[in-house]
Amino acid sequence: MTSTTALVAPSSDASAPVTGVNTAPRTAHERAREVIGGDPTDQTLRGFLHGLPGVDAVGLDARAAALGSRSLKTSSKAWALDRTITLIDLTTLEGADTPGRVRSLVAKARQPDPRNPTTPRVAAVCVYGDLVPVAVTALGALHGDPDEGCIAVAAVATAFPSGRASLSVKLADTRAAVAAGADEIDMVIDRGAFLAGRYGEVFDQIVAVKEACQRPDGSAAGLKVILETGELASYDSVRRASWLALLAGGDFIKTSTGKVSPAATLPVTVLMLEVVRDWYRVTAQRAGVKPAGGIRTSKDALKYLVAVAETVGEQWLQPHLFRFGASSLLNDVLLQRHKLATGHYSGPDYVTTD
Amino acid sequence: MNHLSVPKTYKLFIGGAFPRSESGRVYRVHSARGIFLANAALASRKDARDAVVSARAAFAGWAGATGYNRGQILYRIAELLEGRRAQFVAEIQDATGVTTVEASAEVDEAINRWIWYAGWTDKYAQVAGNANPVAGPYFNISVPEPMGVVAIAAPQRSALLGLVSVIAPALVSGNTVVVVASEMHPLSAISFAEILATSDVPKGVVNILTGSLSEIAPWLAGHADVNALDLTGAGVIDWVDLEITAAQTLKRVLRPDSGTGSAVPALGRITALTETKTVWHSKSLS
Repeated sequence: MTSTTALVAPSSDASAPVTGVNTAPRTAHERAREVIGGDPTDQTLRGFLHGLPGVDAVGLDARAAALGSRSLKTSSKAWALDRTITLIDLTTLEGADTPGRVRSLVAKARQPDPRNPTTPRVAAVCVYGDLVPVAVTALGALHGDPDEGCIAVAAVATAFPSGRASLSVKLADTRAAVAAGADEIDMVIDRGAFLAGRYGEVFDQIVAVKEACQRPDGSAAGLKVILETGELASYDSVRRASWLALLAGGDFIKTSTGKVSPAATLPVTVLMLEVVRDWYRVTAQRAGVKPAGGIRTSKDALKYLVAVAETVGEQWLQPHLFRFGASSLLNDVLLQRHKLATGHYSGPDYVTTD
Repeated sequence: MNHLSVPKTYKLFIGGAFPRSESGRVYRVHSARGIFLANAALASRKDARDAVVSARAAFAGWAGATGYNRGQILYRIAELLEGRRAQFVAEIQDATGVTTVEASAEVDEAINRWIWYAGWTDKYAQVAGNANPVAGPYFNISVPEPMGVVAIAAPQRSALLGLVSVIAPALVSGNTVVVVASEMHPLSAISFAEILATSDVPKGVVNILTGSLSEIAPWLAGHADVNALDLTGAGVIDWVDLEITAAQTLKRVLRPDSGTGSAVPALGRITALTETKTVWHSKSLS
C-alpha cells in the first residue's frame, strides 16, 4: 500500500505530535500554511500536491478488489445492512423534481419500511437547493442531527452538477440553501480550473463557499466537496483533489455528482479514505468520505463498509464521517432485510417505488 | 491420427449468459447405460435468485412486445432447433437410451409443439378474452395478460420434449421463465439454451437452471418476486410443501401432471399462466 508518512516529514509545521484531539479551530489559510509550509497560492499548492507520492494504480485496484471479496454473513450482515441505512443520503437530483416527489422522499427517509417500524432511518435527504424548504417542512420535528436520531437536509449547490458559473452565483446558491435550512452543502469543485492547474482558484472557491455556509448564529452547515472523480482522469488527480479539498476546509470529500460515468468506484473511494486517514494523522482532524452514484446493491454497499473499516477504522462508520449518496440502494437493502427476516427472497413489489 | 476429445462444460443459462453456478458446484451426468457424459452445473439458491432478477428485468420488454413479434421470435427458435436436430437426436439417445427412431420422433414432436405454441401468440387473446354482456351503454372487455415471472419444474424423465412443452406455453402470453431442467437429463436443456442465446429472444426471458429440483424449488416457491409456479415435473419430489410455501405469497400453482408427465399441448397451459384484466369503455365519447 502507498503511505504518506514520507510526505509528513518535509513539512516541518505538521510534525507536531498527533494527539487525536481536535486542535482549536483555525482558518483554512492558517491550516494550509501549516501543512504545505507557505501561503496557498497556485505555486505552493502545486509544489505540495505534485509532491504527493504517486498512486500505485495496479496496487490500488488489487487492494479494492481484495476488500470487495469479503463475505459478510448472518449477524454481521444484519448489522451491516442496518448501518448502511443509517449512512445513506437519500437523494433525488432530477430536473423533474417536484415538491411532491421531495415529500415522498422524506416520507421514505422517515420510515424506510412501513411494514417494519424497527427499520433505522437514513442520515439525510439530499435535494436541490430550491427544494430545501419543502424537505425541511416535510421533516418537521425530525429535522436535525443524524446522531440524535433525526434526519439532516443536504443541498447541492454551486451550480451543481457542472460547477460552471461565476463565483458570485455559486455563493448566492449556497447562501440561499443554508438560509432555507440546509444542514449540509454538497458543492462541486471547478474541475476545469483544477485540471488546468489553477489550484489556488479551486482552493479559494472552496474557502469562499465554506464561509457562505456560516449561519448568522455562528453555527455552520457542513461542507461536502464533490471532486467528480469521473472527470479527473487519474488516481493521482483524485489524490491531489482530495488533499486540496481538505486543505481548503471541506468537512467531507465526495466522489461524484452521480451525473457523470463512472461515478463512485471502490478503488477511488479507498484512495479517498487513505487521504482522509493521512489527513487525520497530519492534522488530528476527522474528515468524512461520501461515495455517490452507482451504488445500487447491498452487496456493493457492504464492500464500501469493509473498505472504510479496513482503511480508516470502524469509528468512521458513523453519519458524520461516512455517507452513501444513493437512491435505489435503500430499496435493495430493504429487500435484503426482508430476506433475513422471513427466510425467503423478497421482490420489488414489496418496497415503494421512488 | 487420434483426436483428443474435448469434453463440453455445461453451464447455467441466466440473463442471456452462461455462468457457472455461483456455488462453484457441479454434478456428474451419466447416460442411460451408466457411462459418464459430462459435468453439469449444480445450481444453488443464489443462482435461482439471480435468474429471477434477470427474468423480472426482461418481463416488461417481452410482455410489451406485440403478440405477432413474440410469435416470430418463437418460430425462429423452431427453425434453429430444426437445424440442430442431429445434435439433439444424439444427445437424447445418449441420455435416455432410446433408439434413433424414437429420439428423432421426440425432436420432431418438440419442434411441432414449439411451432404450435408460437402460432398462439397473436390468437390466444381472441379465444381467452371476450366482450362481456352488459346492461348499459358501455363496453366491458376481458383480456388475458401475462402474470410475470413463472418458475417451472420441467418434466424429469424427458430430455428435451418435456422442457419445450413447459417453457413454450409460458412464453406465449409474455411471461418470463425460470426453469429447473430435468435433474437426470440436463444436457439437452443447456444445448437448447444455446439455441435461445443465438435466437432473437431477449436475454433473461428464459433462464435455465440445472441441478437438484428438491434443493432449488423451495427457494423459487418462496420467492416473493415469482408470480406463478408450474410444478409439472415436480411429481417426483414433495411438491405439496412447495404449494403451501407458494401460497404464502399468493402464487398461482400448476400441480404436477398426474398421467404421463409429457405436458400434452393445450390452450389451457397458456391461459393457466395468464391473469384476466377486465375494463369498461364508454360506447361513445359524446
